[in-house]
Amino acid sequence: MKTWVYIDHFKGEVQPSSWEALGLGKTFDSVTALVFGSGVETLVKAAFEYGADEVIVVDHPELGDYRAEPYASTLSALASSHTPDLILLPTTARTRELSAMAAVDLNSGVLTDVTAVEVNGDQIVFTRPIYEGKVLEKTICTARPIFVALRARSFPKPPRQEGRSGPVIRAEAKVDAQSIIAGYSTTEASVNLGDASVIVSGGRGVSNNPALGLDEKATAQKGFELIGELAAVLGGAVGASRAAVDAGYISYAHQVGQTGKVVSPDLYIACGISGAIQHLVGMRNSKLIVAINKDPEAPIFQQAHYGVVGDLFQIVPALIAAFKKRLGK
Amino acid sequence: MKIIACIKQVPDSEAKVKVENGQITWGESPLVINPFDEYAVEGALQQKEAHSGTVTALCIGPESAKEALKYALAMGADDAILISDPALEDIDSIGAARVLTAAIQKIGGVDMVMFGRQTLDNGTGLTPAQTARFLGWPMLGWVGRITVEDGRVTVERVLEEGRQIVKAKLPAVLSIVQSIGEPRYPSFMGIRRASKATIPVWTLADLGLSAPTAAVKRVEIMNPPVRETVCQIITGDTPEAIAEALVEKILAEKVL
Ligand SMILES: Cc1cc2nc3c(=O)[nH]c(=O)nc-3n(C[C@H](O)[C@H](O)[C@H](O)COP(=O)(O)OP(=O)(O)OC[C@H]3O[C@@H](n4cnc5c(N)ncnc54)[C@H](O)[C@@H]3O)c2cc1C
Repeated sequence: MKTWVYIDHFKGEVQPSSWEALGLGKTFDSVTALVFGSGVETLVKAAFEYGADEVIVVDHPELGDYRAEPYASTLSALASSHTPDLILLPTTARTRELSAMAAVDLNSGVLTDVTAVEVNGDQIVFTRPIYEGKVLEKTICTARPIFVALRARSFPKPPRQEGRSGPVIRAEAKVDAQSIIAGYSTTEASVNLGDASVIVSGGRGVSNNPALGLDEKATAQKGFELIGELAAVLGGAVGASRAAVDAGYISYAHQVGQTGKVVSPDLYIACGISGAIQHLVGMRNSKLIVAINKDPEAPIFQQAHYGVVGDLFQIVPALIAAFKKRLGK
Repeated sequence: MKIIACIKQVPDSEAKVKVENGQITWGESPLVINPFDEYAVEGALQQKEAHSGTVTALCIGPESAKEALKYALAMGADDAILISDPALEDIDSIGAARVLTAAIQKIGGVDMVMFGRQTLDNGTGLTPAQTARFLGWPMLGWVGRITVEDGRVTVERVLEEGRQIVKAKLPAVLSIVQSIGEPRYPSFMGIRRASKATIPVWTLADLGLSAPTAAVKRVEIMNPPVRETVCQIITGDTPEAIAEALVEKILAEKVL
């Protein structure tokens, strides 16, 4: 089974679940990694160190900024000349587009958010959540190559072997971009919820500091400062409920839940989040769930392993201090 | 400006969806317009208001999916088209994109096609980009803000890496996210108009297509393993005592 793994990155920053895809690929066969971009030599080196047996590199200034069309055209041209059976990718906003378009070019199929893969002879069966994880489906794909986008943190990340290397194949880019990137707004920090092993999330409760007056917005920002500080102490990412996003406390990219991101960190701490079903479907597969809420009846406690009934403006600062002490920070 | 909003009908977001006797069921829960697609309709209506023009809601589904189209009409869409054909029951995302492409071409003269980010049922999020690919139009995904000027569109994409400003020529395909703004509620007038509307139904033959064969096939469905959690409430005399006890528990779980 000829297996390729696409290394997804944003301006040279690799989506860590790309390495999980490499690890899975290695359980089938030797693996060819694909690295597209501009000035990506360090990624080629990393791909070998995470287990690639060969790397196909497409290095072109036009690929410096990810855009769906040239990346898809480059990928489908390579796939039609080398005919891989499987192309593994992490599931990200970029790879959904990329695999979607390349599969159109190759008249093939894509499976997204795959959480398990079984190989029975020629037949490969993929498990993926549907109806926001309320149901699981097993699917097959009769066309080749099959694009398999893996859900982050569903497969083990292989160890990095410093200094490992192998043959590099340089290939041509197809530069047919149909859009221009005019800029990035730098006011917001980037967030990578899918790969985070710890997420601290805030909800509408972050704007409800009982010790303060009416200026909701100011106190809300204070609330998320606390959430951010706890996340930083734990080396984690900041999540949010939709109520917090809708109120403008934090950007949509942080939203966890049905219309946000589905996450499964090792530790999820929900602060001032009630636990509506649309939030729960986004985080209930987290390994350990901790809830801090002043309402003992809040449904979030039904999903949590540990709970604190109390005011987050008192509990979170105490938690930050206690973690700092115990983790020696 | 001629805008198409592609929508789908799905079980309500609160629905308890499960597998029963080998079938997916959601009890008494209603079928509704896919919540992500409400943002597509909202985005389309905002552009119509800014530049005048029309918004057409387009849906692949059974006869009952007319209800989702009526919701889009009640929000303010000008017209709606249902694509319905028994041969479309088991299509995959590429099949859906092929059918939508044919419909968009049949409608003709379209400037923008807007989708939701993904659906609540299959949730692949592939169809917008696949439709763009078939049409040969630029794909602008995860859009939270749109401005159109002189046949060019500038969008703000809301990505994990931050907001990205992207420009492209029209016609284009967009997928819209929540940052576009709260979808408007259907107005009283809108609901009246929608209830009287006749929604044309197009079949594959009307689109000049033969039955698609899906490469991606479902072979089994199952309920996820149930997870029994009993919440242990941590108590203490002071926030500090509670925090220390909680930290002990978390460290003992070895998740850090
Ligand atoms: C189609 C659809 C899609 C949706 N998608 C999402 C989604 O993706 N993600 C999502 O999160 N929601 C989503 N929702 C919204 C969801 O239904 C809830 O409205 C939302 O999750 C509520 O957010 P919240 O828990 O922060 O706010 P609330 O429900 O208002 O809860 C706030 C909680 O904070 C507690 N609290 C207040 N002050 C304090 C304090 N000082 N200390 C401690 N606790 C305090 C309160 O007791 C309360 O439990 C969706 C809804 C719909 C209809």
